[in-house]
Amino acid sequence: MADREGVTLTVDGMEVTVPKGTTVLEAAKQAGVLIPHYCYHPGLPVAGVCRMCLVEIEGVPKLQIGCATPVAPGQTVRVNDSAEARNARQGVLEFLLINHPLDCPICDQAGECELQNYVFQEGRSRTRYSPTYPKRFNPVEDFGGDVLYVPNRCILCTRCVRFMDHVAGEHVLNVSERGDRAFIGIHPDRQLDHPWAGNVVDLCPVGSLLSKDFLHKARAWELDHAPSVCTGCSQGCNVNLDTRAHSVVRVRPRPNAEVNSHFMCDHGRHTHRAMNRGDRIEAPLVADGDTLVAADWDHALARAAEIITGSSGSAVALVSASMSTEALHLLKVVLEGFDVTGAFRVERAEGGEEPLAGVPGLALRSERAPNVAGATMLGYEEAYDRGVEAIRHAALVVVLGEDLDGVSPDLLQGGGNLIYLGAALPEVARSARVVLPVTTVAEEDGSFVSRDGRVQRYFQAKPGPGMARPSWWVLGELLAELGRGEPLASAAEAFDHLASAETAFGGLSYERLDLKGIRLEQRTAAEVTA
Amino acid sequence: MGYPHEPHERETVVLSEHFGDPAARTYDGWVDRGGYRALEKALGMEPQAVIDEVKASGLRGRGGAGFPAGVKWDFMPKQKTRPHYLCCNADESEPGTFKDREIMRWTPHALIEGCAIAAHAIRAEVVYVYIRGEFTEAIAVMQHALDEAYTKGVLGRSAMGSGTSIDIFIHRGAGAYICGEETALMNSIEGKRGNPRIRPPFPAAFGVFGMPTTINNVETLTSVLHIINRGAEWYKSLSLSNPKSTGTKLMSVCGHVAKPGNYEITMGFPMKELIYDLCGGMRPGRTLKAVIPGGSSVPVLNREEAENCVLDYEGCVAAGTMLGSGGMIVFDDSADMVYQMMRIAKFYAHESCAQCTQCREGTAWMVRILQKILSGRGAIGDLDLLLDVGEMMTGKTICVLSDSCAAPVGSAVRKFRGEFEAYIKGARQPAVALV
Repeated sequence: MADREGVTLTVDGMEVTVPKGTTVLEAAKQAGVLIPHYCYHPGLPVAGVCRMCLVEIEGVPKLQIGCATPVAPGQTVRVNDSAEARNARQGVLEFLLINHPLDCPICDQAGECELQNYVFQEGRSRTRYSPTYPKRFNPVEDFGGDVLYVPNRCILCTRCVRFMDHVAGEHVLNVSERGDRAFIGIHPDRQLDHPWAGNVVDLCPVGSLLSKDFLHKARAWELDHAPSVCTGCSQGCNVNLDTRAHSVVRVRPRPNAEVNSHFMCDHGRHTHRAMNRGDRIEAPLVADGDTLVAADWDHALARAAEIITGSSGSAVALVSASMSTEALHLLKVVLEGFDVTGAFRVERAEGGEEPLAGVPGLALRSERAPNVAGATMLGYEEAYDRGVEAIRHAALVVVLGEDLDGVSPDLLQGGGNLIYLGAALPEVARSARVVLPVTTVAEEDGSFVSRDGRVQRYFQAKPGPGMARPSWWVLGELLAELGRGEPLASAAEAFDHLASAETAFGGLSYERLDLKGIRLEQRTAAEVTA
Repeated sequence: MGYPHEPHERETVVLSEHFGDPAARTYDGWVDRGGYRALEKALGMEPQAVIDEVKASGLRGRGGAGFPAGVKWDFMPKQKTRPHYLCCNADESEPGTFKDREIMRWTPHALIEGCAIAAHAIRAEVVYVYIRGEFTEAIAVMQHALDEAYTKGVLGRSAMGSGTSIDIFIHRGAGAYICGEETALMNSIEGKRGNPRIRPPFPAAFGVFGMPTTINNVETLTSVLHIINRGAEWYKSLSLSNPKSTGTKLMSVCGHVAKPGNYEITMGFPMKELIYDLCGGMRPGRTLKAVIPGGSSVPVLNREEAENCVLDYEGCVAAGTMLGSGGMIVFDDSADMVYQMMRIAKFYAHESCAQCTQCREGTAWMVRILQKILSGRGAIGDLDLLLDVGEMMTGKTICVLSDSCAAPVGSAVRKFRGEFEAYIKGARQPAVALV
């Protein structure tokens, strides 16, 4: 913010001081007053067309739109305290409902619909629009990509058009026609298949733009929301995992001005499929001759500790860059004393990066794993082939979340003792001595380090299957079993363990990371030693 | 001269002096009639001196809003750091208004001269004349005159040899009423959808292509050359009532008068005399019922109000309406005010740009209510509903299209309530035609 000068104003009797240049709508938010609005969105240029955010400003003859009116010192704004403003909003709601179908029972947006919410909050109880008039009708249109357009529900707030024009930078949508015949039009030869186009579904305040992927999957009020970090690439977009009946049905962006603004890409939206996979290991497995036999945790952990204690010399750690920083750190601790080759690999997309033009520093990155930076900081190398090759001469092989694609069963059988920690068991890993089932990103608390060195927490969204446990828990128990410390009681303790051992993370804690994370390089020396 | 009929002796013929005179359309004809003297004079003046002269004349915008033209010019940055633009609003689409068309058809060089003077005053090098697309004849005449002006060195790198660069381009509208709104007009020139912009920023700061811009109506710009020629004092003296309304005004009178057409009057001329003397009164056997004085966008006057109305900005406000563009629509006792209002509302519903909720939905809703009343299915409550919908549509949107629909309909419901009730109570046969 170039100008730090504060402006003090009053909104519905609440005094608030905001930076110069702030709009009345944003200032009111800070005063705890939500001015109802449709076309305004903090991530988009102002349009000022829905006329819902009309407020009374003392000394100004006409109502003003909060979204485009800058604050002024000593301004007195009335939102709910003004009968005139309330009437104007009620008028807008009545107008919007003229052509909006009352099909909430079959609309995906019901329950999180801004039209529904505001009509319930302050609309008229009955319309004065005679029911004999027909409503505008246009058939549902497939916009391509993941987006369906239901024009009948459209309130023409133009958020989608402005997102595509000004943020995505692809002019494929427009407002077609005039008057009450208007609708959102799409370029006749184009589709809404921009890699970031899915954001228009989130931006739509009503159920006019729908995700085909989420279509009729769940009612909004059945969903639980857990803050998380997208696992689609190394950008580290903040997201919410929406779950229904222990299944992640939708991934949506969670605003973070420093990472992803209000957006996320379509690739990231599809990551929920992997979180619902059905081929999970549900119990620890211990080798009995040539077969793996289900065991309880005590037995399996004791067996694993026995194998580790019984091995010496070189060890290989094949890890996934999608595992939590806590787990990657604890594995490093477990393998202390060995000559360790720690390796991971990253899928790199051929097309390169897919930037979102309107948000500098935001792109779908080519490295498609969330914790490449974390793994690298902890000493793991992006040298998968070398790691695989080292198995041949290793006494101990520990795999953490890596699916071992391309590794020959013979190599694994001929190598050292294999301990496998993962969510699912690939066929080649059946030669493991011990298999320890761990949870996925949706089922545990943890943290990732994004490509720009930002440590961000993710939260558990659903329970893990069967006996699967978070990898920090498994490795913590293993350390205790090895006689090298007390078991860890929580992910926060696991992170504290990391912070006390690794200077780069010094002084950090879950509490300090909070929901938005902290960028490592941006910390002052005092903060690091704190 | 005069078109379509000889000027009435009580007209003050300034702008319309050469209407009906084809020779005035040509460069030579225009120069013979004293043309381009004002431009030559203005180019020899400091831009600020031109602005001050126009300010002193009291000339106000003839497009409808009546904002003082000189003051508007004075808003332009005095230090020119970026290109300045002048837009001439020739998108005359207001129902009942046809004065700008006649200015362009008969005296295209007058408009070119006015544009060039204004461009010099606001230090604009480029002028866009945004002409309503349906005005094919006016466009052809203007283009021909423009070509001549360039050939004769009136325009171009060195306008009339003064060293000042002035270029004028004609931009054809594509049939949207809303493009006559100044910010929508700028969007349209930029090749965008003609949607009005939110203000601020105002055009003088952020106009066409984001540059300082002034938008003036055809009649305003054409008046400027007469002010330069004859002086501000002369122009100021043309005022019969309120000294804040000066000069002459072209009134486009249409509807049920004996002689419809353009009449140039001095500001403050009584409406009664315009209708009964200049326009030859009502059609035989008919009596005056109502007048909408400023194009269809302003409140309706009933007979008594109309006959006492003085035609200037203040006089019309005192009568409860606005002078607007000067497009007077006159209704006699045969007019069905319910049907007329439905037609007017339908126009606005068709032309709403669809940005603002109140306008997009409200204009169409008004049409439906009026059609319901016309078809004999109305209820008494519909009249209050019309007024309330009109209230919700007034003063809440980006531009005034919404208000322009609510004003005539609301005033008609108040002033001609009996006609609406006649349909509702079954005293009048339902109307068949709904379009």
